[in-house]
Amino acid sequence: MRKKETGRADQSTLTGGYAVIGTRPPRYDAVDKVTGRALYGPDIRLPGLLHGKVLRSPHAHARILSIDTTCAEALPGVYAVVTAEDLPRAEDRRARLGEGAVNFKYLCDNILASAKVLYVGHAVAAVAASTPHIAEQALALIDVEYSLLPAVVDVLEATRDTAPLLHEHMGTRSLAGESRTPSNTASHFQQVKGDPEKGFAEADVVVEREFRTATVHQGYIEPHAGTAIWGADGRLTVYATTQGAFTARDQLAELLDLPMSRIRVVPTEVGGAFGGKVTTYVETVAALLSRRAGRPVKIVMSRSEVFLASGPTSGTAIRVKMGATRAGRITAAQAELYYEAGAYPGSPVGSGAGVMFGPYDIPHGQIDGYDVVVNKPKTGSYRAPGGTPANSAAEQVIDELAERIGMDPLEFRMLNSAKEGTRQIDGAVHTHIGCYEVLETAREHPHYSAPLEGPHRGRGVAHAYWGNWGAQSSSAISVNADGTVAMVTGSVDLTGTRTSLAMQAAEALGLTLEQIVPSVADTDSIGYTEVSAGSRTTVATGQSVVKAARDVIAQMSERAATLWGVPADTVSFHRGTFTTGQDATKSTTFGELAAMLSRTGGPITGVGNIDVQEWGAAFGTHIVDLEVDPETGKVTILRYTVVQDVGRAIHPSEVEGQMQGGAVQGIGWALYEGYQYDEGGQMLNPTFLDYKLPTALDVPSIECVIVEVPYPKHPYGIRGVGETPILPPPAAIANAIYRAVGRRMDRLPMTPGRILEKMGVI
Amino acid sequence: MRDLTGRQETIKVPGKTVGQVIAALDAAYPGIRDRVCEGDRIGPAVAVSVDGRIAQLELFESVGEQSEIRFLPALSGG
Repeated sequence: MRKKETGRADQSTLTGGYAVIGTRPPRYDAVDKVTGRALYGPDIRLPGLLHGKVLRSPHAHARILSIDTTCAEALPGVYAVVTAEDLPRAEDRRARLGEGAVNFKYLCDNILASAKVLYVGHAVAAVAASTPHIAEQALALIDVEYSLLPAVVDVLEATRDTAPLLHEHMGTRSLAGESRTPSNTASHFQQVKGDPEKGFAEADVVVEREFRTATVHQGYIEPHAGTAIWGADGRLTVYATTQGAFTARDQLAELLDLPMSRIRVVPTEVGGAFGGKVTTYVETVAALLSRRAGRPVKIVMSRSEVFLASGPTSGTAIRVKMGATRAGRITAAQAELYYEAGAYPGSPVGSGAGVMFGPYDIPHGQIDGYDVVVNKPKTGSYRAPGGTPANSAAEQVIDELAERIGMDPLEFRMLNSAKEGTRQIDGAVHTHIGCYEVLETAREHPHYSAPLEGPHRGRGVAHAYWGNWGAQSSSAISVNADGTVAMVTGSVDLTGTRTSLAMQAAEALGLTLEQIVPSVADTDSIGYTEVSAGSRTTVATGQSVVKAARDVIAQMSERAATLWGVPADTVSFHRGTFTTGQDATKSTTFGELAAMLSRTGGPITGVGNIDVQEWGAAFGTHIVDLEVDPETGKVTILRYTVVQDVGRAIHPSEVEGQMQGGAVQGIGWALYEGYQYDEGGQMLNPTFLDYKLPTALDVPSIECVIVEVPYPKHPYGIRGVGETPILPPPAAIANAIYRAVGRRMDRLPMTPGRILEKMGVI
Repeated sequence: MRDLTGRQETIKVPGKTVGQVIAALDAAYPGIRDRVCEGDRIGPAVAVSVDGRIAQLELFESVGEQSEIRFLPALSGG
């Protein structure tokens, strides 16, 4: 294991013997993005472009009795009006798209409501007009008759027999089949390891707590946007703000009942996504309008629409019970997780269950997960989907267990740390992991032992695990005569991955980074590539570009062999130079050989198609010092440290950015963010004015400690880094608040008012 | 799925791939296939673990004579 402390002015590299990997070059996309030249979805301009607007339900739950678009269609400047009638009927079948299961019937109904509206903001109709203002006028002319129904927006309320049903024919699905009784509980799973009853009986100390968390949005600055244009040949082109062009294409194909070969998706630069831009929202509507109008149509969501009608993550109700011996060994763990799915089934409750106890070796356990529909927008993924609420609950109970036993919080976690071969409650077995190393590094960090003086100040820690992902990627590397290479991948660049991928290619090819020209392709121009999500891009597409690079080297070696008249298997390549064992006088650089390609057989393109089936999990520990104002309840974070195993840091600055960014989002989740609803299901804070995201004024400089426990099955030992850091902050902060004011928090966000209530001040 | 297997938690069946194992399970305990498959694939909300590792090849994933196979909720990323 190697570790480096970073975040200081004299930041060093983590080269580990590599020429490019471990350095901190400027990002390829940096200049365009900071100068405003980068092309985002809302920036798309096409000749004849029309502007689309969406009419959305003002009601949380209602039947649609009729929709009259006559007056809207007659308004001068309006070119098309569409409703659900214009969508082909999507099948009631599920597929794995992006990163989870998608039911196409529900996806279709979420795009444009048919029989019922299920949340405020649910799309009902759409208009394309020559100006955005005419489009808005036309929306006001669409007459929709509703029959109101009672709404339910609380996850536990929705499970009661008396709750209004969102889908009258939906029973509860599990591996035991689907129940016939209609229910808002869409599914239930149960995972069992050993004998939990026996495990609790063996415990000397048992802690049981209940927690609630609010619906939270990813908070990306760029809203959803889609521009659609049909060619005269009937092919559709869509410019989309998406994390995955191929996933978007597959969704469009299903929703529009088109062969996927008739659709090209061009991914634009993305101004933040965090999982929320895997599902398509406005693209399908833009395509319907464009087909009807015979002109390109662009739809850009407003900020309120993003809050009301995209995919926030679940509010939850979680109960956790854990037991341990006085010697500090955890004997049993049990949890019930109720996750809001929003209007249609499919919350990330499974992922939450999969990671909450993952860092620990627990002999007996049971987890029950419930996916519950409520009258809120259908949930989407948000950075380690499902993980943060579950981790928040488990890590607070672990903190309390350690305190009751009288053990240091990190020592307690280290004593129970998972290692290679540890079986989790769901049956998955840990492979080569850095769980213990991360905890040990945190314990040894100066922050953990620094004095913290003053009233109402406390220090808290939390630890977390995220499994990460591999899956399919495609890339191609073509050699230019000047010794540079064009590297094309199918991975949308959300986080600087053009650079981290180019660095891996440069390392494999023995070139400088300046000799790599990266680009992100559309769906016509590269092979299938999975979404940029699940912390997979640098890992899986990285392996893809390394494979393409090796293919280039193999082909170039054959050219060298041809030039020298030697067998190809005698040619070697090292750090940019080809040599042969047959003749020590023969050598040529990559650049010299590139200049001769046209005379030695023509162009060379290396291909890297891959389906990564094994990948390394990541662990992180956060340490936070804070102060609570006893009069206002306001929390001020004084110091924050993130310790995380990244396998190998390809670009340490990008890695630190992920660690800091995830931590800041977790801080927002802990202290500030949450959808607020009235009893009728109206969201009360659908703008950034009232939905508070943390800003630079709210967080201190975040210190990052990169731990490197290389994953042995990746060429460079990389582990995914992006999601793990959002998991620990709420629990770390809750544990620190406890030490500051002596009160255990049980609800997120931990607002000043809630802290004062716990303290008994109000 | 213990309602189909007479509450047995662990079942031994022959097979060289996940697909063959599921077929053998379904032959012994009819209905299991429908619980974990949709059409000719593993259901999208289900993940299959072989010896502790998620089976990316789904029904085509090879299994050894002593392999342990589990059915889990599929996980997701963001």
